[in-house]
Amino acid sequence: MTAEMTGADILIQALNDLGVEVVFGYPGGAVLPIYDALFKQNRIRHILVRHEAGAVHAAEGYARSTGKPGVVLVTSGPGATNAVTGIADALLDSIPLVVLTGQVGTPLIGSDAFQECDTVGITRHCTKHNYLVKDPAQLGDVIHEAFHIATSGRPGPVVVDLPKDVQVASALYRKPSVQALPHKGYRPQVKADPALIEEAVAMIAAAERPILYTGGGVINSGPLASQVLRELARVTGAPVTSTLMGLGAFPASSGQWLGMLGMHGTYEANMAMNKADLIVCLGARFDDRVTGRLDAFAPHSKKIHVDIDRSSINKIVRADIGIVGDVGRAMEDMVKIWKAGQHQARNLAPWFEQIDGWRARKSLKFPASTKEIMPQLAIRKLWEATHALKPIITTEVGQHQMWAAQHFDFEGPNKWLTSGGLGTMGYGLPAAIGAQLGNPNALVIDIAGEASIQMNIQELGTATQYRLPVKVFILNNEYMGMVRQWQDLTYAGRYSQSYSDALPDFVKLAEAYGWKGVLIEKPEELEAGIAAMLEHDGPVIVDCRVAKLANCFPMIPSGAAHTDMILEADEVVGEMDDEAKALV
Amino acid sequence: MHIKQEATERHTLSVTVDNESGILARIAGLFSARGYNIDSLTVADVTEDEKISRITIVTTGTPQVIEQVVAQLDRMVPVHKVTDLTALAPHVERELALVKVVGTGDHRIEALRLAEVYRARVVDATISSFIFEVTGGTEKIDKFLELMREVGLIEVARTGVAAIGRGKEAL
Repeated sequence: MTAEMTGADILIQALNDLGVEVVFGYPGGAVLPIYDALFKQNRIRHILVRHEAGAVHAAEGYARSTGKPGVVLVTSGPGATNAVTGIADALLDSIPLVVLTGQVGTPLIGSDAFQECDTVGITRHCTKHNYLVKDPAQLGDVIHEAFHIATSGRPGPVVVDLPKDVQVASALYRKPSVQALPHKGYRPQVKADPALIEEAVAMIAAAERPILYTGGGVINSGPLASQVLRELARVTGAPVTSTLMGLGAFPASSGQWLGMLGMHGTYEANMAMNKADLIVCLGARFDDRVTGRLDAFAPHSKKIHVDIDRSSINKIVRADIGIVGDVGRAMEDMVKIWKAGQHQARNLAPWFEQIDGWRARKSLKFPASTKEIMPQLAIRKLWEATHALKPIITTEVGQHQMWAAQHFDFEGPNKWLTSGGLGTMGYGLPAAIGAQLGNPNALVIDIAGEASIQMNIQELGTATQYRLPVKVFILNNEYMGMVRQWQDLTYAGRYSQSYSDALPDFVKLAEAYGWKGVLIEKPEELEAGIAAMLEHDGPVIVDCRVAKLANCFPMIPSGAAHTDMILEADEVVGEMDDEAKALV
Repeated sequence: MHIKQEATERHTLSVTVDNESGILARIAGLFSARGYNIDSLTVADVTEDEKISRITIVTTGTPQVIEQVVAQLDRMVPVHKVTDLTALAPHVERELALVKVVGTGDHRIEALRLAEVYRARVVDATISSFIFEVTGGTEKIDKFLELMREVGLIEVARTGVAAIGRGKEAL
């Protein structure tokens, strides 16, 4: 008979059994037993962050770049509440995380004890599922189920709240099988209905103006799904666009690639969505940033929607065929049926001619300047200098994020880590740290803004401690640029609180943390500055001073249709009506 | 600017769930988080081993919202099965109300007579009050309460709707 173990040891044993290599965390009173158990072992590596928010984003970066679940360990009360933003971020972007939170001992729960908060209550709606474990005998099963739930179906964050007495008390632990897990009702549908796949393939074969609209689901399905997407695009000949979350699933160098769609997507991607006769949505969810004005969204098309989450189908846009299942496997089935049925794609040349007409608008063009560094140029130069190295790019949130999405071309999945759904400023630096830990030999660059980077700037110390050579490339325009841009468009240029005043000297800040600092002030310094960043075998901050008032185009303004894009040359300063203001 | 309103329908849903702590907060929270309506919600364990609870929810929304409510409930980890009884087939809906009526003389006699018409039982009586127990569909109970208000109603407790599909098939 196996001997009893403490709850803390059961946790460590379960994590080992689940193949966990890295835990991002921060100790505190309510997790001391777990930290002691961690101290006595050497299989799981603990990364000490500087703030719990950083721990969760680092775990997200680790998860997105490796495909493995990210694991977080924080204490009760403020430890848990500080983790909430990252948990909500992971829910909206479907990132597999298991967040272990300490809790006061079970007799103290509900007594307003020191560092007590209702963690399961607070995180109930920003997790895929959460648990409060009151019995150490159930701890092993709960940990195994937490990982199963986080990583299967539509991935997401799972919180396990662990009272301190449960960590200390003893119980038996036995590794459970998936079938033996407590929630029998949880059986996500992975295999799509073959009849619907047949129908979908027939529709694609019959379409004159088809478009594949792909999303983060393709990345989440695993690297194989990106390969199958390429094959599906090859056999059908259809053009491909992607959401922010799906970038990299399809190679930007392909002739069928239209670029990103949506609010800051390319003119050709949005026009093709508007004029298509068939939209094949693959692991995307018709987010409001993608659709623009709903009643004018893709009015002439039939829609096929493939999603592993049934609730995504018909949530925003009605699908003519809704297919529930893993998008990678569904695409595999589509390709098989396409080939078996000897389907021939229709002549899509007229469709691509039309697309070429939209491409000729060159919607990503930006004005040249010899005096100022155009932020788009900075991204392009960064891409030129690094793309051969297949870097992992993380971002913060704002203009720099959209410019990176537009001007940094990706050829493969798991290389683009950005906070899409929640739009969390401060995501990029910790995510880069997590990605670097999961990919020790990769070049990892956080493309940042001077405002966002300050939201988790404390994590510079984490990179220093673990000798992680991450690069932070700040497009410094001294504004919360996207806020300022919206104030131009919507509020007649009244820049309410959007100026980044009292900025630190980023080069000195870098040096204070043991990083290298590089300052780039003029266009002619760009290449040398980037080279200096790449040459340094350690973490680097680049403070790249860019044009202060550049706006991110193209853009579909609030409440507008895909056909009403604003391009670079258009006049933008003005005031919008209340309906448009209310549309965010 | 005005917020737009769309036409809504009333649907009765049956949801079977793992009988675990926090499940009701999870279900109710989903409704508030996503802006759905709960007209009535009842819950009790219904299996021999007390491991499964059955929740009956009456909700109103546009057809699209109702479809979302079902899908959102269905993807929750402790949820086994969601059935839209209104959409599925004919079904029986019942709720129970306890109604306290105070009065003497004509009001008291009228209250008793109306209770008989509605097949309400007297479960408690004093010289000046009755408590009636009445079961039926929501509309019947609403109507009964409307009448009792005329004859001295001072307090009501209602259970909310329990519902089950007609015929020999089980969910």
